[in-house]
Amino acid sequence: MSHNYSLSMKNITKKFGDFTANENVNLDVEKGEIHGILGENGAGKSTLMNVLYGLYKQTEGDVYINEEKVQIDGPLDAIAKGIGMIHQHFMLISAFSVSENIALGLKSQKEPFIDMVEIKRRIKEVAEENNLTVDPDAMISDLSVGQQQQVEILKALYRGGEILILDEPTGVLTPQESEKLFATLKMIAKKGHSIIFISHKLDEVLEICDKVTILRRGKNVGVVSTENISKKELAGLMVGREVTLSIEKEDIKPGKLVLDVSNLTVKGSTVASSLKSISFSAREGEIIGIAGVDGNGQRELVEAIAGLNKVISGTIKVNGEDITNKSAKEILKRKIALIPESRKVVGSVCQFNLVDNMILRQLYDKKFNCWGVIKYKEANIYTDEIIEEYDIRTAGKSICAAQLSGGNLQKLILGREIHLDPNLLLAMHPTRGLDVGAIEFVHEKLLEQRKAGKTIVYVSTELEEVMGLSDRIIVLYNGKITGIVDQLEASRELLGRMMAGEYIDDIKEASL
Amino acid sequence: MNNIFSQLDLAFWITFIAASVRTAVPILLAALGEIFAERSGVVNINLEGQMLFGAFVGFIVTYITGNLLIGTIVGATAGMLLALLFGWVCISKLANQIVAGITLNILALGITSYFFRIIFGVTTKLPHVATYQNIKIPLLNQIPILGEILFNNNIIVYLTIFIIVISNIIIFRTTFGLKLRSVGEYPRAAETMGVNVKKMRYIAVGICGLLAGLGGAFISVGILGGFMENITQGRGFIALAIVIFGKWNPYKALGAALIFGGAEALQVRMQVIGIQIPYQFMLIIPYLLTAIVLIITGRKAIAPAASGIPYEREKL
Ligand SMILES: Nc1ncnc2c1ncn2[C@@H]1O[C@H](COP(=O)(O)OP(=O)(O)O)[C@@H](O)[C@H]1O
Ligand SMILES: [Mg+2]
Repeated sequence: MSHNYSLSMKNITKKFGDFTANENVNLDVEKGEIHGILGENGAGKSTLMNVLYGLYKQTEGDVYINEEKVQIDGPLDAIAKGIGMIHQHFMLISAFSVSENIALGLKSQKEPFIDMVEIKRRIKEVAEENNLTVDPDAMISDLSVGQQQQVEILKALYRGGEILILDEPTGVLTPQESEKLFATLKMIAKKGHSIIFISHKLDEVLEICDKVTILRRGKNVGVVSTENISKKELAGLMVGREVTLSIEKEDIKPGKLVLDVSNLTVKGSTVASSLKSISFSAREGEIIGIAGVDGNGQRELVEAIAGLNKVISGTIKVNGEDITNKSAKEILKRKIALIPESRKVVGSVCQFNLVDNMILRQLYDKKFNCWGVIKYKEANIYTDEIIEEYDIRTAGKSICAAQLSGGNLQKLILGREIHLDPNLLLAMHPTRGLDVGAIEFVHEKLLEQRKAGKTIVYVSTELEEVMGLSDRIIVLYNGKITGIVDQLEASRELLGRMMAGEYIDDIKEASL
Repeated sequence: MNNIFSQLDLAFWITFIAASVRTAVPILLAALGEIFAERSGVVNINLEGQMLFGAFVGFIVTYITGNLLIGTIVGATAGMLLALLFGWVCISKLANQIVAGITLNILALGITSYFFRIIFGVTTKLPHVATYQNIKIPLLNQIPILGEILFNNNIIVYLTIFIIVISNIIIFRTTFGLKLRSVGEYPRAAETMGVNVKKMRYIAVGICGLLAGLGGAFISVGILGGFMENITQGRGFIALAIVIFGKWNPYKALGAALIFGGAEALQVRMQVIGIQIPYQFMLIIPYLLTAIVLIITGRKAIAPAASGIPYEREKL
């Protein structure tokens, strides 16, 4: 059978120094096909695509477009060859308008001047052809992530992209926005474009892709057609072993009130992320999930409780004591533990070794501190204990934190915080970017804490995880709570609508 | 007191404002250059050194050739060459821009002082060259007051006004300017749109050095007609402040530079009039004013997002 591939990548190897991110990877995409690339975080999906887009130079291997061998010398060259890429982190300049972003790098009819009139006309034209809604004059910083993504798609189509790469495009979208994206992609594919859809989410890949190439640790582990494969088989291929896809949770009666937030108002980095008078509470043995699209006030909420962000009005009480606007140190003393959003920037000091990182939060504790001198003997023993208990894979405790893989660093932080014996554990995206094994481990530990009667505030954008772990789920939209639902009540559809700004009461009323 | 106020007549104000403009020009030229550099993401702290190079080379070449124009052009080019060295260290070698800038400033001070002494020896009689003649623009210079201030200046002052207008157009209206701003905001995004980040930064730093060198040459051969050690006296740093105060915008930088120029001219005049304040204090005034204005306005200024951060394609 002879195929007519619009794109082939043959035996691609990409090394960063000693590290091999892609090893002999093959990829074949047909015209009009939506081709998935599935793999865990760190499997090398983005690296492969960056090679295709000319951002990285492959160490070995060749790229063929329409069966012809090509050399891609940078993004400009890739664009000229009809490749468009929507990156995992949007490549939009927030200080620019939509049309300026589109015009960037293009030759204008009126060189050396920008031809804004023509750019705007074409934007409207391309948007209409492809069913996108884009306002050329809007500033990027004023757009929602969903809208920004449309700008990204338009940017690629504007340049006449025949092959469209989307790198984890749904990570920042609500389920409904994802559906809309899928509809757009299907339409574009029907017109004859080839689409490469990258994801680590099985459901999505099964829903939208015709074929999937699966990567594990930088290597090909298979190409399958989505028609005849189950979710479970796909998961097995991706991870390389049997996986349980569900979270097992015991029934626990919640105990006394621990966290009481009332009318909390906090100024955030954007208007949307500023909290506007929100109230909720949490009890012992309860996991409160905070769902929502990134940037709707999740970070501000956690930081306000942890004493890292100033509260404008309202109160936060923990075990009856008012901790509003107390310093982070005072709050830490009250045993409120924090797993921050960013392991590398906030959660650890990358250049410190594991011991220093481990006792970072207990520097004032007499256990490790004798008149201002650190008791390294104790600290070493303590570190060894946690490394053992949390199965942190490391070349020793004297290496610096930066050398740990994401999963192991997260285990370190998790261990450190849980060993504070917290009254309240704030966990922000604790599984983000981890592989399946590490995710299972984090879930296990959190559930253990729940069983021990601790209170956990769990922030995540992964709906499956929030629904699986939480006893109750709070949805944040635009810095407000659009609803609080019990685990049993929650569904993707309901949470999705709340994440897009509909209030639970309105949704319920409408369905009556 | 009466004596002092009697001197504050119209003629005083006209010469005062004209002097403010003259003093502002070199700083403004350097600041315009810096706007290009910072818009592209490079904080060129080496500005002072580039001005000093321009001042020194401009003077020497004028002294030898006797031709002001050649001296000025070669001086500006010298500033550009130093800037390209700075660029190579920061853009290609990814050095910390602050450290590289300060090091090259010290280098520039050492080199210019050393060669000045080698060439002219240690002497109390400083060598001199003729400065630029003022060119009266016919008709326009007849306008009362304004004519004297604006249309009776030397060629470099007119050139500066032209450069302000052109810079504004280049930065905000051309495809080149769009690319320039994009690499200063989000270089990776610019790269994905096919913009050559390093090339843009080299061009911007080169322009910056050229203008800083021109500003320096204006100090030595345009105003003073001579050279002495550290002739720029921190004007490169004032220009850096003016860029922030002027919010990376050529026209606003003009306003900011005039405030500094005014303070400097005022300081000189106060000394001449003989106000009983120690002259050391008056010397502080322009710098103090710059600092105060910065404290007030600096907070709201939004710098290009990637300013000061080296860029490497395959770095995470
Ligand atoms: N520019 C780079 N320099 C060094 N290592 C890199 C770079 N880009 C990616 N890597 C490493 O390569 C591996 C694969 O990364 P990536 O392609 O981003 O994975 P994925 O997109 O599948 O999550 C990771 O371990 C990552 O740390
Ligand atoms: Mg990726």
